Amino acid sequence: MQDISGSSSPSPPPGLTVELGRDRPVRLDCGVELGPLTVAYQTYGRLNAEKSNAILICHALTGDHYVADPHPITGKPGWWIDLVGPGRVFDTDRYFLICSNVLGGCMGTTGPMETNPATGKPWGLDFPVITIGDMVRVQARLVDYLGIDQLFCVVGGSMGGMQVLEWCKSFPERVFSAIPIAAAARHSAQNIAFHEVGRQAIVADPDWCDGKYLLEGKRPHRGLAVARMAAHITYLSEPALHQKFGRNLQNRDTVTYGFDADFQVESYLRHQGSAFVDRFDANSYLYITRAMDYFDLAAENSGVLANAFRGTRTRFCVISFSSDWLFPTSESRAVVHALNAVAANVSFVEVVSDKGHDAFLLDEPEFHATLTGFMEGAAAHRGLPRLGGTRP
Amino acid sequence: MMVIGTGNLRIDLKMIADMVEPGSRVLDVGCGEGALLDWLGQNKNVDGRGIELSMAGVSAAVAHGLSVIQGDADTDLKDYPSGAFDYVILSQTLQATYEPRTVLSNMLRIGRRAIVSFPNFGHWRVRLHLLLHGAMPVTDTLAYQWYDTPNIHFCTIRDFLNLCRELGIKVERSIALGSDGRALPIPGSEGIANLLAEQGLFVLSRA
Repeated sequence: MQDISGSSSPSPPPGLTVELGRDRPVRLDCGVELGPLTVAYQTYGRLNAEKSNAILICHALTGDHYVADPHPITGKPGWWIDLVGPGRVFDTDRYFLICSNVLGGCMGTTGPMETNPATGKPWGLDFPVITIGDMVRVQARLVDYLGIDQLFCVVGGSMGGMQVLEWCKSFPERVFSAIPIAAAARHSAQNIAFHEVGRQAIVADPDWCDGKYLLEGKRPHRGLAVARMAAHITYLSEPALHQKFGRNLQNRDTVTYGFDADFQVESYLRHQGSAFVDRFDANSYLYITRAMDYFDLAAENSGVLANAFRGTRTRFCVISFSSDWLFPTSESRAVVHALNAVAANVSFVEVVSDKGHDAFLLDEPEFHATLTGFMEGAAAHRGLPRLGGTRP
Repeated sequence: MMVIGTGNLRIDLKMIADMVEPGSRVLDVGCGEGALLDWLGQNKNVDGRGIELSMAGVSAAVAHGLSVIQGDADTDLKDYPSGAFDYVILSQTLQATYEPRTVLSNMLRIGRRAIVSFPNFGHWRVRLHLLLHGAMPVTDTLAYQWYDTPNIHFCTIRDFLNLCRELGIKVERSIALGSDGRALPIPGSEGIANLLAEQGLFVLSRA
């Protein structure tokens, strides 16, 4: 835990990178023109001749583009390995899958950890404050670069789902179908509050050094770990925690009358926190949580969410999980109501699960069946080969 | 339980399906697993959407590639814009809504036509049951006890037609159905239907 190796940057991770925006910088919502910038991404499957089978996967707050590859730092399987692969829900034999590390991220895409070309030093807090809209703008540049006009599907959970909705608002003609999962059209006050706890934990760590920790050869590991611990609770549910740990003690028969991790749940959270700091940058955490806080599709559209989707021809499948209290079903339902108000083509399923927000990352058969069914329906309408390889 | 995708449609649903013009936009309220929507999509090239209360129904429908949302007639119809559909269908559900009057009005606001079916509380067997036993009728089409029925707003065909008149709704077609869902050879909007029909099926439009 005390391994402070801030000066050593990780070896170049596997995957692809591209430099974008050299001729035409990306104009951010805060007014800054950013470019050139690097985007790290990964693809799976093959783009067909018509370029009509591309699916963009948008990752969540602490996710990355290693959807179905082992993570280069932790070695753990890709975060959506259950869904991405030959014959899986996102069938790599039929679809061309793209996932890029978001703007502001720390796995290869330009973000506060990367070098500011103007100073030759890490950006740190000089990095401009970004929004979900900015992330999507950069993704659209990547899709341009890949030569794809229209994505067959844009899909993502949590913050990834926010990006899906943003895509549908900003580039409606480029999205044939959209699957926002466990998401919302705005970040709630409660969610902003949880993010603020995380950010305060980071900035309260003396090793944060006013955001200049990389220059000082330090890392605010303790603050970032606490931020992760608090956030991790919000990804689960009370029943899930109870089932997994109850009040069980950790490697002991009785409480110690001290502040060690007596309970299994404490030990688990500490592990989650300490494992996280190895793979994530504290400033990235500040920037990306802020981007989520700022997200409010209705506010950008005169306070009427439906205006964000007026005239849309995208096929939507909105999915929520019954025990998700971070992005509860009511938030998804608000999106559905807005889509109904513009007579959009929308499906909506609340999957019954006790696994909380994280259910979108887990093996939930009903969730997977919903995805498969929706994708098959959309593929038929798009004229893509159906399961078994025959065209409709 | 309906099995979707088999090509077989329950007889009363088939009758509804036959009334829908090919290529039209249809909202099926209380669509279950989407059997009617699926049939309409496959056979009449209909752009169909569904609303269903039960999660099991919604999951099955969406997993079958249909556009169905979890919701209900009372809460979700108000969101849709006026004139969004050619037909709004409500099969065997009107009597289970909290506000049948609002539901009907909304159906005809968002749809050019509404197709509505419901169990007829004026059927002679219902009347006789109440007369002879003095207890709430339990029949094949009304197979619940009073304390566990989801049907909270029963009406007779006459009641329904009165409400349509009150709301200025035009009744384009009336069909009297027997217990098996087959049409009876009697006029659907007259007193005889109110006595002999187990269900009523109506095509409505804005007057």
